[in-house]
Amino acid sequence: MSRLPAAGGAHLVVLRNVWVHKGGTPWTMALFSVYEPILYLLALGVGVGALVGRVPGVDVPYAAFVAPALLATAMMNSALEETTQTVYGKLAFDRYYHSLLVTPVTTRGMVAGELLWAVLRALITGVGFLAVIVVFGLARSPLVILAVPAGLLTAFAFGAAGLAAAAYARGWHSFQYVQLVMLPMFLFATTFYPVTVYTDWVRMLVEALPLYHAIELSRGLALGEVGPGLLLNAAYLVVFGGVMLAVAQSRWATLMAR
Amino acid sequence: MALIEASGLEKGYPGTDVRAVAGIGFQVERGEAFGFLGPNGAGKSSTMRMLACVSQPSGGSLRILGQDPVTHGRELRARLGVVPQDDALDLQLTVRENLIVYGLYFGLSLKHMRARSAELLEFAQLADKAGERVEHLSGGMRRRLTIARSLVNDPEILLLDEPTTGLDPQARHILWDRLFRLKNSGVTLILTTHYMDEAEQLCDRLVIMDKGLIADEGTPRELIDRHVTREVLELRFPPGEQQQAADKLGGDVEVLPDRLLCYADDGDAVQARVTELGLQPLTALVRRATLEDVFLRLTGRSLTD
Repeated sequence: MSRLPAAGGAHLVVLRNVWVHKGGTPWTMALFSVYEPILYLLALGVGVGALVGRVPGVDVPYAAFVAPALLATAMMNSALEETTQTVYGKLAFDRYYHSLLVTPVTTRGMVAGELLWAVLRALITGVGFLAVIVVFGLARSPLVILAVPAGLLTAFAFGAAGLAAAAYARGWHSFQYVQLVMLPMFLFATTFYPVTVYTDWVRMLVEALPLYHAIELSRGLALGEVGPGLLLNAAYLVVFGGVMLAVAQSRWATLMAR
Repeated sequence: MALIEASGLEKGYPGTDVRAVAGIGFQVERGEAFGFLGPNGAGKSSTMRMLACVSQPSGGSLRILGQDPVTHGRELRARLGVVPQDDALDLQLTVRENLIVYGLYFGLSLKHMRARSAELLEFAQLADKAGERVEHLSGGMRRRLTIARSLVNDPEILLLDEPTTGLDPQARHILWDRLFRLKNSGVTLILTTHYMDEAEQLCDRLVIMDKGLIADEGTPRELIDRHVTREVLELRFPPGEQQQAADKLGGDVEVLPDRLLCYADDGDAVQARVTELGLQPLTALVRRATLEDVFLRLTGRSLTD
């Protein structure tokens, strides 16, 4: 006789995703995920960086300034991809979660499992991009290694938001709205320059964005500038992710009870 | 004690006044094959979802294996097998992996599932397809895989929602054969269908549902005896002349959109009367009454609206 799986079967949802990806090793997965941020790092960090020189106020080469932000966004994107399009396809077309509904796996377990998987997926991306940073000679502090666990917090926050979005989506077109938010956030949430370039009210706006806090945390650790402010950034991500997870759980519960 | 006991069972959905299930009562005994028959929208699938411990009843009482599905849903789901209408197989996995991974969801070990999946593949006649991706399977194979999948946990009760809808005749017969074997091995089968031949083939006992209620209950034979005569004369008239002919003929006649069904213990006698009256049907056929006649009697009028 079998025992009911613990944690609503969350680990089994993760296991299934690992199984599906077994064709691709973690390294090929990482390679795909770091491809885009490497292009940004080359074009902007190295290319534009040649014009910028050192970033005023921080006093590091421009590429070293941009790299930790790209690490945070790469991990964010990995988590988002896994929880938006991939999850939506399984939800609306494969009816994968509906097939789980008749097993001892619970709806909470499904959501937790997909979130856990998204964080794992981001970990692979993070380790891959950390290697890139080191190879490019952009590591300024041994603490840069902590930017990866910080990125896991980012992945948790955005993965939870992605799971909520997937459950509210009415079709593939809905994800255009996600892009509508994500692209400007990527461009303006201090990925490519310090927040000090903004006037006060724009600055307040940017400081309200979750990606801003993800980047602050990543950059602070990578550049070895550790202060109590980082705890605040981390706390923001925990709270944001927690709220998003609660929203996702409640929406999924409604959706699966239909 | 019955395996499943329902009384006054209801299911409504928020935002609508319509109750998909409007108060039904039934019992299912161990080892029997129990069927829900009814037209689309009769409430069969809603009932099945409640039996599968997936949706909560809005009213009435339901006990499955002696337990309350609302409070013990998870424990009960571990003991049930469910074959959904849409197979919902994992398209990214192979045939064998579908079985193995599904077994893990029930808390079964990988080692156990390796062995069990081989047995199930054999049972579903899919052993030679074990390594194939699910997308490459035919409809009948997919359905057999879905049935194999529902058996990973050796369920005491197997719920099948329209198991052969959309399959070709050969595939249906293979499936029926597999379901017979399961029944013989002691598994309690509960199925919905709108195929009368399927119900007659498979079900020991069945209920006919219409508009969320149970119209009647019994064995196929009992239902036929209770609601229809021994024979049926089917008459086809040119469009528009059906009602006229029915009025002229009188007696026990059901008017369907495409034909008349005349219920009689002696069909040939009625046919003789048709000729006497000077009616000229396009076709005339005397046959034994089937469950389909019962079905049309009890739910026929709703089919036309």
